[in-house]
Amino acid sequence: MVETKVKKEQTPRAKMPEQSPDVRRRNFMEVPLGLTPEMAQTEASRCLQCKNPACVEGCPVSVNIPGFINKIVQGDFEGAAITLWQKNALPAVCGRVCPQEIQCEGKCILGKKGTPVAIGYLERFSADYAREKGTVELPKVASKTGKKIAVIGSGPSGLTVAGDLIVKGHDVTIFEAFHQSGGVLVYGIPEFRLPKAIVASEVSTLEKLGVKIETNSVVGATVTIDELFKEGYDAVYVGVGAGLPRFMNLPGENLIGVFSANEYLTRTNLMKAYLFPEYDTPVARGKNVVVLGAGNVAMDSARTAMRLGAESVKVVYRRSRAEMPARAEELHHAEEEGIEFVLLTNPVQFFGDEKGRLCGMECLKMELGEPDSSGRRRPVAIAGSEYTIECDLAVVSVGAQPNPLLTNATPEISLNKWGNIVAHPVTGKTTKKGVWAGGDIVTGMATVILAMGAGREAANSIHDYLTIGW
Amino acid sequence: MFKIVNREEMAQGTIVLNEIEAPRIARKAKPGQFVILQANEKGERIPLTMADVDPEKGTITIIYMIVGKSTAIFGKMQVGEDYFAVIGPLGKATHIEKKGKVVCVGGGTGIAVLHPITRGLKQIGNEVITILGSRNKDLLILEDKMAKASDTLYICTDDGSRGHHGFVTDVLKDVLEKEDIKLVVAIGPVPMMKFVSKITKEKGVETLVSLNPIMVDGTGMCGGCRVSVGGKTKFACVDGPEFDGHEVDYDELSKRLQAYQSDEKMSMDICKKAAVK
Repeated sequence: MVETKVKKEQTPRAKMPEQSPDVRRRNFMEVPLGLTPEMAQTEASRCLQCKNPACVEGCPVSVNIPGFINKIVQGDFEGAAITLWQKNALPAVCGRVCPQEIQCEGKCILGKKGTPVAIGYLERFSADYAREKGTVELPKVASKTGKKIAVIGSGPSGLTVAGDLIVKGHDVTIFEAFHQSGGVLVYGIPEFRLPKAIVASEVSTLEKLGVKIETNSVVGATVTIDELFKEGYDAVYVGVGAGLPRFMNLPGENLIGVFSANEYLTRTNLMKAYLFPEYDTPVARGKNVVVLGAGNVAMDSARTAMRLGAESVKVVYRRSRAEMPARAEELHHAEEEGIEFVLLTNPVQFFGDEKGRLCGMECLKMELGEPDSSGRRRPVAIAGSEYTIECDLAVVSVGAQPNPLLTNATPEISLNKWGNIVAHPVTGKTTKKGVWAGGDIVTGMATVILAMGAGREAANSIHDYLTIGW
Repeated sequence: MFKIVNREEMAQGTIVLNEIEAPRIARKAKPGQFVILQANEKGERIPLTMADVDPEKGTITIIYMIVGKSTAIFGKMQVGEDYFAVIGPLGKATHIEKKGKVVCVGGGTGIAVLHPITRGLKQIGNEVITILGSRNKDLLILEDKMAKASDTLYICTDDGSRGHHGFVTDVLKDVLEKEDIKLVVAIGPVPMMKFVSKITKEKGVETLVSLNPIMVDGTGMCGGCRVSVGGKTKFACVDGPEFDGHEVDYDELSKRLQAYQSDEKMSMDICKKAAVK
């Protein structure tokens, strides 16, 4: 036993094969290429198969991690995918975009002394294997209950709710505002991080199970929640995301060339502006690009700008490297691709030319002061440190707020002071009978997997409601 | 899906009307609201304010001028063909109330947007004076409908081929001089709305304008339709599309409408070359 353990710790963690930085910085193909079956089996054999697995506790949807990894060890890759699907409707997505380092892998016992098992890589491997093979059986659907559920929004939480409830025998219809389903997975996260064919495949699995999808339906405008109840729906799940971009209210912010990250990424990803003029929607292709903010969305914007042909891309952030909220992997990938981090620097105003086009951004240098309410050291401006960065494209990526379109049309749903829906922390029940909510519309901007976790809890609660009562 | 059930050409084929099946939207739409249309999967999302709705028939009507690749594709679609996507009704509806004497000023395809508002203002009991402008008599649209929706109708053409020889603002000045006007609604090209608002601001007459900036989603998600109104940034898609005409920064709006000028030209040129082949 002791001998095996030592051996497992000595096997180095699998290294993900990737497109080289100087090639990938100019194309939209996926950056990590995926593990080979041999690599996956070697990596899977590092798992200690703990009796009380801490990794599972670290997973918001409690995937049976040792279970699926054990299937990989045995060479049963399809079985691994089936084990994943028992708890996670979108494993190919989560294997790519989950912050494993603070969840499952962050808890892995191997990580205490060395490097944790590459759970994310293995999840991605199993899901991709099953999808590419296309032979894996769909989950069994329970006999029809005759109950109808409307799911508003087809992002990660909505898809999870739909998947869970269709399997339980309910009739599920998703209402999506855009012409294509997937929510942030299609409009926000770029192709090079999450190929859209994968999202389409996950959605099509749900459709095969019987989920109906009504695209082009803006609930709150095209139809209201009360009308859905009148049309015969028994329960409604609201998973509409955080869809209102925040700007910085700086002078010159309405110059041509200043974008919200939402607009920049939606044009590029959903509308496929990176394929313009084959696709009709254009996007500004900046020569000198600045990205304001330092989260994952900022990294996505910066890396997109590089792929659209920028000569220089600078991420401008008012705090220091240690406070950058993006995942370590994203920061690393961005730097490898030649993106510069301009830290402890705060934008003050934008300058434009006579045609109203952006030509520069004035910044102030900052230093770190005392810790603020978030526990992070507060950045303080250094007097007289103003200087100008030459730029023709600026992407404002400082977060998003809840979109009031749906909640304005549904006054019985209570909101907090930031406009987020007030939902029960476990069940997701809102203040309106028969209506649940989860994901970013409740929590503010968070991760795909947290939205999925909320969807899972809400689906259970909706099922109880439909079979037992409110 | 969103089938074209009626198609008409106006203004010598430069302006096209499409009546489209969209029952859910038709049931809800009110004057002043807009839809976003996409002709095909590779197409752009184009916002257009509705010219009419028929809730019983389940149809909406849009009227647009062919100005670029997307509207050229729209214009080629025939009765029986489908739009890939139509989303709406979006934006705030016009607040129609009884004011007394009101003036409706329209130019270009703005007249199509103005029509249901004019009709609504008259129905509720206002005395409506309408002033329409176009470059020449052949480019003027919806004259009969606007005449029916108004108590008095003035026509202006830049070349004098019909009605007053000159701009709508000339006639507006006269009307404001002679009548006690409580509200002006101006919908048309940005310069027209700008100069109408300038005149009415001097006279202190409340003025509504309807803006049509570049948009992507139309639901508040992208912020591409930012306009400065009274020094504050507004999203035309959810805060508008109608705003207090005296507060809008028209120069900024004009510039922002040119954001993709070179891309639009490239798209149109490729489109034309393909048509020649």
